Amino acid sequence: MIMIKSLNFKALIVSVLLLSAVLLGWYLATLPQAADTAAVDPEYAALMGGAAVKNSGMPTPAELGHTLRERLSDPFYDHGPNDKGIGIQLAYSLARVLAGFALAALVAIPLGFVVGMSPLMQRALNPYIQLLKPISPLAWMPLALYTIKDSSASAIFVIFICSLWPMLINTAYGVASVRRDWLNVAKTLEVSALRKAFRVVLPAAAPTILTGMRISMGIAWLVIVAAEMLVGGTGIGYFVWNEWNNLSLTNVIFAILMIGVVGMLLDLVFAGLSRLVAYND
Amino acid sequence: MQTDFLKVEALSRIYPGSRGQAPLVVFENVHFSIGKGEFVCIIGHSGCGKSTILNVLAGLDEPSAGVVIMDGREVAGPSLDRGVVFQGHALMPWLSVMKNIEFAVKSRWPDWRKDKVRSHCQQFIDLVGLTGAEHKKPSELSGGMKQRVGIARAFSIQPKMLLLDEPFGALDALTRGVIQDELLKICAATGQTVFMITHDVDEAMLLSDRIILMTNGPRARIAEIVVNTLSRNRTRNDVHKDPQYYRIRNHLVDFLVSRSREMAQAPAADSDPRHPPEVRPGEEMDDQGIAKPPPAQKQPAMHLV
Repeated sequence: MIMIKSLNFKALIVSVLLLSAVLLGWYLATLPQAADTAAVDPEYAALMGGAAVKNSGMPTPAELGHTLRERLSDPFYDHGPNDKGIGIQLAYSLARVLAGFALAALVAIPLGFVVGMSPLMQRALNPYIQLLKPISPLAWMPLALYTIKDSSASAIFVIFICSLWPMLINTAYGVASVRRDWLNVAKTLEVSALRKAFRVVLPAAAPTILTGMRISMGIAWLVIVAAEMLVGGTGIGYFVWNEWNNLSLTNVIFAILMIGVVGMLLDLVFAGLSRLVAYND
Repeated sequence: MQTDFLKVEALSRIYPGSRGQAPLVVFENVHFSIGKGEFVCIIGHSGCGKSTILNVLAGLDEPSAGVVIMDGREVAGPSLDRGVVFQGHALMPWLSVMKNIEFAVKSRWPDWRKDKVRSHCQQFIDLVGLTGAEHKKPSELSGGMKQRVGIARAFSIQPKMLLLDEPFGALDALTRGVIQDELLKICAATGQTVFMITHDVDEAMLLSDRIILMTNGPRARIAEIVVNTLSRNRTRNDVHKDPQYYRIRNHLVDFLVSRSREMAQAPAADSDPRHPPEVRPGEEMDDQGIAKPPPAQKQPAMHLV
């Protein structure tokens, strides 16, 4: 126990050291250079005020810290389409991801049960799954925009498509590999098909299904940023692109950080759910 | 004793040969019957089709030919009338001991109220000596305890017949002995009809009324049926003191070591598969009609197989 504790402690020290090193490197790389300041024409400087001071365009750690504090202290303000709090943007993205993910789960899990239980369906559907799975979800975007005619719904559709495959494949695999002994127990007890599906197959396959859901959620969160860059309007992906157009790298870096944090939290939620359905054999 | 509670007639399992090869006959023309309340063991080497026969009785497998009739009705598919104890205990690891048994009891009596299901399950948990472990998950139990849960589950649905597929094979000798004693007690108390696969000669002699001996596969068949003439009140502690004990044991070991192979190679022409010979090695008589003493020189050292 002491061994583990000390290992954790060492890991923490190394993590903190790494972070300090990165921050220090960043700080040194973005130090304002004396030559730049001196070279500015005094008249130009008078016209432009502080903006005349050339810098690398890269924000300093202090600037990012300032942005972090400012933006996180008021995450939910709404000053029109181009100026919303980070909380609102993230909420838009999360809502789209959850909607697309939920729709995908509704299709993938029942379909996965059918594929997993019926060798016929497994063979019949396998070519389509193998063909559709490797397609980048964004490739569907034009088709979605044309048929759905709504940019927000198209983003949800793209999330749906990319979440579908890992859940479908894992559910089918989990259902197909339920231990024969447990199915035989159900058979000798003359358990109805529905009761067998919910009381034997579902709990037996649940850990595999949840792994699929976790992978799907990870991919969905990756894809939403790209999808929102394309469809625009709202969401964290749009925010990144908008701040790029504003040439505000501070905000871009801030957004990148937020995407990471939310992605990590989503993964933690699924890790917790996995523990709930896990069983030791 | 009603001798035809369960009747097995002309049972065969044949795998069709692929690409002109001769079909593989695992066993053929197997006939036997089990009386109500009787405990029958089947012994044979791997590959003689014992497990297939048990699965056919359970309704989990279909024979290539032949029928099984239980209580006047043909066995077609699994049924709550036949409880099965699986080799690998087959407990659902996400359910507690109580819930595992409840699953069976609720399947048997779907309209029972919750407290009735509970008390019924508790009764069988107590019966196999697992009181106090009701809320443990199978992963928290030892191998012997898991197998007891499997036995409790099979008994809890009060089947007309119990099928045991080498239930103690994975257990250590001490645990096995304790559970054998318990099984013997429970079967005696409930008058349960049992069919059991085993590899253990001593286990067969302790538990069963008759022992079916299978020749080696392929083309396995019933060589003979040994009637266990030991007293029905036998226990694990005194069974080996019975003078019949070593006569029966030697007969069984001889069969497993050599005769199962010899008989497979040269089938006895005169034996009728419909009526496999019944032998009573425990009651072997000499010329004067007195039971022979056990052949002392052949007595093997007492050991747990």
